[in-house]
Amino acid sequence: MIDEKAVAAHRARKLSPDHPVLRGTAQNPDVYFQARETVNRFYDACPDATQRVMDRFAETVGRQYKLFEYHGHPEAERVIVMMGSGAETTHETVDHLVSQGERVGVLKVRLYRPFDGRRFVEALPRTARAIAVLDRTKEPGAGGEPLYLDCVAALAEHVDVAGHADASVRTLLPRLVGGRYGLSSKEFTPAMVMGIYDHLATERPRNHFTVGIHDDVTHTSLFFDKTASIEPDDVVRAVFWGLGSDGTVGANKSSIKIIGEGTDEYAQGYFVYDSRKSGAVTISHLRFGPRPIRGSYLIEQAGFVGCHQWSLLERYEVLGTIVEGGTFLLNSPFGPAEVWAELPREIQDAILVKKLRFYVIDGHKVAKESGLGGRINTVMQTCFFVLSRVLPRDEAVNAIKYAIRKDYGVQGEEVVTRNERAVDRALEEMHEVDVAGCVARGTPQPLPVPVAAPDFVRNVLGKVIAGKGDELPVSAMPIDGTYPTATSRWEKRNIAREIPVWEPDLCIQCGKCAMVCPHSVIRIKVMPPEAIVSAPPTFKTMAAKDKEFDGLRYSIQVAPEDCTGCAICVDICPARSKSANKIKALNMHAQPPLREPESRNWDFFVGLPELDRRLIKEGSIRQQQIQQPLFEFPSACSGCGETPYIKLATQLFGDRMVVANATGCSSIYGGNLPTTPWSQNAEGRGPAWSNSLFEDNAEFGMGMRLAIDKQHEMASELVLALRGELGEELVEGLVGADQRTEAGIFEQRARVAILKQRLAASARAEARRLEDLADMLVRKSVWIIGGDGWAYDIGFGGLDHVLASGADVNVLVLDTEVYSNTGGQMSKATPRAAVAKFAAGGKPGPKKDLGRIAMTYGNVYVAQVAMGARDEHTLKAFLEAEAYPGPSLIIAYSHCIAHGIVMEHGMRNQKAAVESGHWLLYRHHPERAESGDNPLQLDSKAPKIPVSQYLEMENRFRMLAATRPGEARGMFREVQQDVNHNWQLYQRLAEPHGTPKATDGETK
Amino acid sequence: MDLTTRYLGLTLASPLVPSASPLSDEVGNVRRMEDLGAGAVVLRSLFEEQIRRDRAELHHHLSFGTDSFAEAQSFFPEPAGFAIGPDGYLEHIRQVKAAVSIPVIASLNGSHPGKWTQYARLMQDAGADAVELNLYGIPTDVEKGAERVEDELLDVVRAVRAEVGVPLAVKLSPFFTNLANVALRLAGAGADGLTLFNRFYQPDIDLDHLEVRPNVLLSTPQALRLPLRWIAILYGRVKVDFAATSGIHSHEDVLKVLMVGASVAELCSVLMRHGLDHLTEVRRGLVEWMTAHEYESVRQMQGSMSQQHVESPEAFERAQYMRAVQRSPVFMV
Repeated sequence: MIDEKAVAAHRARKLSPDHPVLRGTAQNPDVYFQARETVNRFYDACPDATQRVMDRFAETVGRQYKLFEYHGHPEAERVIVMMGSGAETTHETVDHLVSQGERVGVLKVRLYRPFDGRRFVEALPRTARAIAVLDRTKEPGAGGEPLYLDCVAALAEHVDVAGHADASVRTLLPRLVGGRYGLSSKEFTPAMVMGIYDHLATERPRNHFTVGIHDDVTHTSLFFDKTASIEPDDVVRAVFWGLGSDGTVGANKSSIKIIGEGTDEYAQGYFVYDSRKSGAVTISHLRFGPRPIRGSYLIEQAGFVGCHQWSLLERYEVLGTIVEGGTFLLNSPFGPAEVWAELPREIQDAILVKKLRFYVIDGHKVAKESGLGGRINTVMQTCFFVLSRVLPRDEAVNAIKYAIRKDYGVQGEEVVTRNERAVDRALEEMHEVDVAGCVARGTPQPLPVPVAAPDFVRNVLGKVIAGKGDELPVSAMPIDGTYPTATSRWEKRNIAREIPVWEPDLCIQCGKCAMVCPHSVIRIKVMPPEAIVSAPPTFKTMAAKDKEFDGLRYSIQVAPEDCTGCAICVDICPARSKSANKIKALNMHAQPPLREPESRNWDFFVGLPELDRRLIKEGSIRQQQIQQPLFEFPSACSGCGETPYIKLATQLFGDRMVVANATGCSSIYGGNLPTTPWSQNAEGRGPAWSNSLFEDNAEFGMGMRLAIDKQHEMASELVLALRGELGEELVEGLVGADQRTEAGIFEQRARVAILKQRLAASARAEARRLEDLADMLVRKSVWIIGGDGWAYDIGFGGLDHVLASGADVNVLVLDTEVYSNTGGQMSKATPRAAVAKFAAGGKPGPKKDLGRIAMTYGNVYVAQVAMGARDEHTLKAFLEAEAYPGPSLIIAYSHCIAHGIVMEHGMRNQKAAVESGHWLLYRHHPERAESGDNPLQLDSKAPKIPVSQYLEMENRFRMLAATRPGEARGMFREVQQDVNHNWQLYQRLAEPHGTPKATDGETK
Repeated sequence: MDLTTRYLGLTLASPLVPSASPLSDEVGNVRRMEDLGAGAVVLRSLFEEQIRRDRAELHHHLSFGTDSFAEAQSFFPEPAGFAIGPDGYLEHIRQVKAAVSIPVIASLNGSHPGKWTQYARLMQDAGADAVELNLYGIPTDVEKGAERVEDELLDVVRAVRAEVGVPLAVKLSPFFTNLANVALRLAGAGADGLTLFNRFYQPDIDLDHLEVRPNVLLSTPQALRLPLRWIAILYGRVKVDFAATSGIHSHEDVLKVLMVGASVAELCSVLMRHGLDHLTEVRRGLVEWMTAHEYESVRQMQGSMSQQHVESPEAFERAQYMRAVQRSPVFMV
C-alpha cells in the first residue's frame, strides 16, 4: 500500500549539501502568520486522503474502516460517540441492547485529527435525539473535554447548512452531552454503557457526567447497575491469581498463544499488576470463545478461578468473580483431605454457597521435583487446560508440550525436559476435593490493616490494599495529591518464606546486617536493662559491647511480616559459629512458625525508646546503625541494591530531609499507592517527599532548596526584627547556630521551641508570621534522588545545571547501570559489553563518567561509593556530602535484578565490581583544595582480580558470551582495557599535590 | 630427528601435546601451539555440570522477576539463539579444526551416566579427531562401594564409546583400590588410550574469611612421579596408548614419560606459567638430548624403561618404597 513516489518525494526533501536549503528559521510577526496559513490545503485534504487509503486497505485485506463508523440500530434515538478500545465494549453492548429492541447505536471515531465535522454529522443517524460523547481524559477548566467540544462544534457548523442533503430532516439539534470515563485505564464495562443509554433516555440528561466512579462531591457520576452483564454463555472465562515471581502471567500468555494459534477459538488476555516489585500480585483475565472478543473489560463472572498462591486467600476476595457451579483450582500445600480445615471462612463460604467444583495441587512440590524451582507456571497451566476443557485432554497436553519446546527450546533440552516432566506430574498430582458435608468453620480473613491504624489508612488505603480501590468515592481522595507518610508499617504482606533469626551468642554487633537490609526490616536498638523487664518471653537481647554503651542491652530484631526473605543480611554477616562454620549470627528459618512470636517481639521492639542521637557516634557503622531508619518496608525487589542507600540517608538526616525524587524504581517503591516507606520518628518528623517528572528532578529539588533558603532568610529577618521581645541570647543563638552536628541540630530545635513559646506571648503581626516560619530555622537537608536513567541520560541537562549552580543540595544517584524500572534498557551508565535492551550485542562503548564531569566544576563534592565493597566509605561519603555547603553528588553502585545476579549475593557483586576496578571508590572534596591538597582522594585499592571474574558473576555479561562468544572475548578484553585506563587516569588525577617550593617564598 | 609418535591411532609429528586448559580457548593460541611444535592439542573440557548449569542459570536469570511489574515485564533482550553448553564448544572445535592441521582432541568431563554423553558424538561431528573423556568425580556416598563406583564409570565410558567412532582416551584419577584392574576394564569398555592422571583441584580454607575456597594450584615437577610409575607398570599389560600428564615441565620430564611407555606428554601448568613459547624450549631440549645420546626417534625409546623392560621391576613397586624409607640414617647425608 505504500506509495513509492511519495516516499521518494519525502526523501527528496531531506537536508543534503548536494541541494542545500534552510529550515527552522526564526520568523518575525511580519510573515509568521501567513506562513502558518500555507498548510490549510493539506489539513483540508487529509480526511479524504485517509478515507481513500482505508478503502484501498479494505480492497486488499477485506476489512473496511471509515473515518466515522456507526454501528447499531439504523434509526437509533440514543447514540454514544467515542474512540479507542472502549468503543468495542460499547459495540458489544449495543448489539445486546438492539437485540432486546432498543434503538441505540455507537459512533466510533477513527480519525480524530483533522476532525471532519461534516462526515461526523453525516455518520450520525438522523433519528438520534440524545447523544453522549465520551472522553477518556479530563481537561480541568475547559468548556468540556476535547472530543465533546469537537462534536458540539461539528453539530453547530454542519447541521442545517445550505446544501446538506438531509438538512430538512433536522429541525432541532439533538441533545448532546459529554462524559468522562476510564481515566488511567479504569474499567469501562457494558453495565456502564447501559447506564449511559439509560441516562440518555431521561428527559434532561446531565452534561459533563462521569461514569465508573462514585462522585459524592460534585455529583457528576451516573448510576448504573453493577450486576448487569452481557457475557455470552459460550465464552470460557477464567481468572488467575498469582504472584509475579511464580510465572502465572507467562503461563497465561502461553495459553492464549496455544488456543489463539492452534484452534479456531478466539482468545483474549488482560493482566492486572500491582506496582510492587517484590511479592507483586498479578490477576490474569482470559477469555476464549467462538467469535471475536470485543469486550475490553475485566471478567466479572468467571467460570474458572485459579489461585496460584495460598497466601492470596488470606488477603483478597479471590472467589469474588466466580459463578455458581464454577471450577476453583488452588495451589495448596495441603492435600485434598486436609485443605478444607485450612481455608479462610470466606473461601469456604464461597465454595459451598456457589456450589463450586474444587481442585487442589501442590504446585510448588511438583515444580520443585521437576527441577523448576519456584516457577509453577507449567504445572498450573496444565491443570487449567484439563479442568477448563478448552481442548480435549490429550490434545491439550500435546499443545502445552509443543509450546514448551517452542518457548524454551532455545534455552536447551534440559529446560524443555524439566517443563515436560512438570506437565506429566501435574496430571498425576491434581485432586478434586470432596466438599460434601463440609461446614464453613475456618478462621475469617484478617482485616487488610489493623484496627490500630489511623482512620485514613484504615478507610482509604486499606481499601486499596484489599484490591477494592475502585469502590472509593471521590470524597475519600485528597484534593491535592497529599498523602500521609509512615504508612507502609500498616501493610503486613508476609511474603517471605524464610526470615533471618538472630543468634546473640555469635553476634559481634558490627551493624552490617541492618546496614545492608534493603527493606529496613532488621533493626538495632540499645536500651537500659529496665526497658526490657516486660519483654515477651522470646525477645532477645545481649550486653552492648561498645564501651560508650556500658551497662546497656543490645537487641537486633526482625520484622517478620515485612521481611521479603532476601537473605542479604545473612550473606553479609561476618560472625560464624566456632564449631559449625555454616551457622552465623543470623540464619534463615521458616517464617510461618515465627510469624506470631516475632510479631509480638517486633511490636515490643518498636515501642522501645530510641537512643538519644547525640550519644551515637555516627561515623562508626556499628553505632550509626542504631539510628532509626525513616524509610521502611519499601516494596522494592527482594534484595534491592538501591534502598539501603536511601535508608542510610534517612537514618542520618531523615528528620530534616526534603526529597525530590525522579521517576523510576525509587518513585515506585517510594511513592506508589497504597502505602509509602517514607516514614516518621516518634516526634512526627521525617522526610517530606515529592516527585515531579523524570526529566526535571534536579531542578525540582533545587526549587525546594531555594524555597527553604528564602523561608530561612525570612525567619531570620523576623527573629532579628523581634529582637527586643525575644531576648538577645535567644536571637543570637537562633541566627548564628552551628548546625553541623546532631548536637547542634538538637540545640537549635530547643531554641525554636522556646521561640514559639515567646512568640505566643507577643501580639505583633511579625510574631504571627514568624510562627509559621520558625521551623525553617532548623537546617533542612535537600536530597535529589534518582537512578542512572535520570542522572546520566534524561535528567542530565538539569542535573548539570543544578551542580553548576552551587546550591546546597545533595544528589544521590542510585546507579544500576540500566533503566531498571522499565525493564532493563541501556543507559549511558551501562558499562561496555553489558547486554541490555537496545544493546542486545553488548553495549559497544564504555560507561559515561558522570563523577568526572561533575568534578570539573571544582566546587562540587563528588563521591563514588559501593556499600557492599566498603560500607564505612559509603557512610563517610554521605556524612561529608551532607555537611558540604554546596552541591554534592553521590554515585552509588546499586546491584539490580536487571543484572541477572543472585540477589542474595548482591553485596558480593558490589565487592567484585570494586576489586576488579570496574567501579572505583573515591571522594572529591572541594574543601581539601582550600588547604592546598588535591580535592580528589582515590579510595579504591589497585584492582586485585581480573575484571573477567566480576563479569562472569552477572548474566548481563554472561549473556554476551552465550549469544556472541566470538565478539564477547574481544569486548571483555576491551573492558579490561577500560579498567586499566581508568585506574591509571584516576591515580594521576588523585596524585597528592606537591609542597610548594620554598623558592617561591611561600610556606605550607 | 624423528619425533613422530602414534597416539590413539593418529600419527603425531611430536609427542608434545598441550592438555586441556584455557590456553586452547583462543584459535590464535592453538595456531601458535602448532607453530611451536605441538603434536596435537586437547581442548578445554566441556563439563557435564556446565551443560546443565549454564542452561539452568540462563533460564533462571531470563525468567527471574519477569511478568510481575507492568512496566518491566522482562529485563533482558530475547536473542534468537544461545551458544551455551555444547553449542559454543562445538563451534570452537570447528574453528580450531579449520585453523590448524594437527589433530584436535575434544575433551568431555563428567562422571555420571546421562544424556550429556551424546555430546561426544556432536564433538566428533564438529570435527574432533579424538575425544578425551575426563572421568572427574568425587564419590561422597558412604553407602556406595568401590565396585559400584567403578561400574558407573565404566557405564559412562561405554555410553561415550557407543556415541563415537573416533578414538577415545579416558583421563582418570589415581585413586582406585586397584588401578591396574580399572585400567584393564576401561580398555575393555572401549578406551583406546588412558591419560594419567587427572589433577583434582583441591579446595582450600581461607582463614581470614573462614570460607572454603576453590584454589587452582598449578602442578609442580614432583607430581610427575605418579604417572611415571603407573605408566611404567601398565605399559604392555593393558593394550592401550598412554598419555602422561601432571608435572611435565621440562624436556627431561618428557623423556622420562616416553621411556616408561607414554605415547605423548601432555603439558599444562608449565605453559600456563611460562607461556606457549616454552613449548619451543622443551622441544629443543628434547632434540638436543636425543642427539647427544644418539637416539634416532621417539618411538625407539617408548616403553624402554617400563616395568617390563627394566632390570629391577620391583623398583616400581612396594619393595622399592620399603628400601627407600628403611635406609639407615647413616647413609642419609
